[in-house]
Amino acid sequence: MTATERLANILVWLIAGATAIFLLTPLVVTVLVSFGSSAIFTLPPPSWSLRWYQRLLVIRDLLPALLTSVQIAAISTATSLTLGGLAAIALARTRFPGRDGVVAYLTSPLMLPGLVIGIALLQGFRAIGLKDVWGSLVLAHIVVTMPYAVRTLYSALGLFDFTLIDAARTLGCSPVTAILRVLLPNLAPAFITSAIFAFLASMDNYAVSIFFTNAWTKTLPIQMLNLAEEQPDPTIAAISTLLIALVLALLVFLERIIGLRRITEI
Amino acid sequence: MKARRAFDPVLLLAAPALAYMALVFALPVLILIIGSFKGPGGPTTAAYTAFLSDAFNWRVIGNTLRVAALTSLVCLVLGYPTAVALARSRGAVQAGLLIAIILPLSVGVIVKAFAWQIVLRRDGIVSAVLVATGVWDAPQLMLFTEPGLVIGAANVFLPFMILPIYSVLKLIDPNLQASAATLGAPPLYRFFKLALPMAMPGIISGAAIVFSLSAAMYVIPTLLIGDRFQTLATLTARAFLLMRNEQLGSTTATILLVLAVSIVMLSARLVRAAGDSR
Repeated sequence: MTATERLANILVWLIAGATAIFLLTPLVVTVLVSFGSSAIFTLPPPSWSLRWYQRLLVIRDLLPALLTSVQIAAISTATSLTLGGLAAIALARTRFPGRDGVVAYLTSPLMLPGLVIGIALLQGFRAIGLKDVWGSLVLAHIVVTMPYAVRTLYSALGLFDFTLIDAARTLGCSPVTAILRVLLPNLAPAFITSAIFAFLASMDNYAVSIFFTNAWTKTLPIQMLNLAEEQPDPTIAAISTLLIALVLALLVFLERIIGLRRITEI
Repeated sequence: MKARRAFDPVLLLAAPALAYMALVFALPVLILIIGSFKGPGGPTTAAYTAFLSDAFNWRVIGNTLRVAALTSLVCLVLGYPTAVALARSRGAVQAGLLIAIILPLSVGVIVKAFAWQIVLRRDGIVSAVLVATGVWDAPQLMLFTEPGLVIGAANVFLPFMILPIYSVLKLIDPNLQASAATLGAPPLYRFFKLALPMAMPGIISGAAIVFSLSAAMYVIPTLLIGDRFQTLATLTARAFLLMRNEQLGSTTATILLVLAVSIVMLSARLVRAAGDSR
C-alpha cells in the first residue's frame, strides 16, 4: 500500500465514522432531552426525570392524533400493498414495451414534492365535493404509500422463479393454493419490508396531510409540529423517543427475519 | 406451449392500481397544472409572467436552488466515503454502519428537525464544539441561519445519497482495483479513471434524489430557519394555507413540479450516459 492509499483509507474511515455520529446525533439528543428534567432542553440535563413521559398522558389531542395516524397508516398500507402487489405481479409476469414507464408512473409520488401532491388532491377532492377528513386522508395516504409497495414487491418478484408455481400446479395444487403456499411465503420478506416502510411513510407524512386535517382531526406529525411551534417543551422529545424505540424494535425484528443488508436494496 | 396472445390477462391484475393512481393522483396533478394557466379570458401564462417579474420571487427560486445544491454537495462529500466504507466493511462494523443509516431513515423528519433546533442553538452542541476547537471566539446562533438549514437538511437526506452509491459499489469486483494497481496505475489515476466513473450512476441518482427532496422540503425550513427565508415549497404552502392565494400556490407548485420532473429525467439520462461510457 502506498502512502496516498493509506491516507485515502484513513480519510474514508474518518469520514464514515463522523457521518455515523452525525446521522445519530438528532436521535441521541432527542432521547437525552426526553429523560432530562430541564424544560429548556439543557444538555447535558441537570438531572434525570420521567416528567415529560407523564405529561404525554396529560396533553390533550396527542393520543387521539396518534390513534388517527396509526389507523390511517394501517388502512392505507393494507390497501396499497393489495393494489400494488397485484400490479407488481402483473408487471413482473408480462413483457411489453413501456413496462418500465408503468413502474415509474406507479412509483412517481415518491419523486414529486409532497406539497404538490397535497394541493392537487385538495383541489380534486373539493371538485368532487369530498369534505370528509378521514376519507380524504386515507385516499391521499394510499397515493403516498403506493410507491413503497410497488417498488419493493416488483423488484422481489423480478427475482422470483415463476416456474415454481407451475411445478406446484403439476403436483396437484389449485391455482389459489399454489399462490398461497408458494408465492406468498417466498415474497413474505418483501411484503414485510415494504409494509414497514409504507407504514412509516404514512405515519411521518406531513406535506400531504396538512391540506386535509382540521381543528378536530389531526395526524400525529401535524399535532407534533403544532406543539413544537407553540409550546416547545421536551414532551415532543418524549413522544419522539417512544417512536424511535418503536422503529428500533421493528428494525431488530427485520434483522432477525430478513437481514438489514436486504433493506438497503429499497 | 401456449400461442402468443396479443393481450395477457395477467395484466388485468394491474388495472385496480393503475386506475386508482390515474384518478386519485395523475388526474388531480394534471388539473393543478392546467389550473395555473387559467385566466378570466381563456388560457394564459399571466400567472407565470407576474410571478417571474417579481424580484422577490427570483430570490425565492434562488434560495430553493442554492439550499438544494449545497445540501446535495454536503451529502456527497460525506456520503461517498461512507458508502465506500460500507462496501468494504464486514460483520459488526457493517451492521453498525447500516443501523446508523437506516435507523435515522425511519425516524420522522419532525423528530429530527426538532432535535436540530436544540443542537443548533447558541448554547447548543455545534456552537460548543466550534468554540472549544477555536473556530469561533464566542457562542453563536446557528438556528435560523442558512448553514444551519443545510446541516439539518443534509442530516435528514444523507441516507438517500449513501444507499444508491452503496448499491452500485457492492456490485463492483474488488479485484479490479488490485489489477489496476498491479498494472501500474497510480492511486489518483485509479480513483479518477476507475473508482469514480464506476460509482457515477449511484452518485448521480443519489444526488438527484437529495436535490429534489431538499428543493421540495417543507418541515425542515419551517423549524430550522423560519418565515424570513422562503423557498418554492414554503411559499407554495403559505399561498394555500395562510394567504389563501390559490393562483399563486398553483403556479409555484407547478414550477416545483417541473423542477422535480426535469431533475429526474436529467439524472436518468446522465445515468445512462455514465453507464454507456464505462
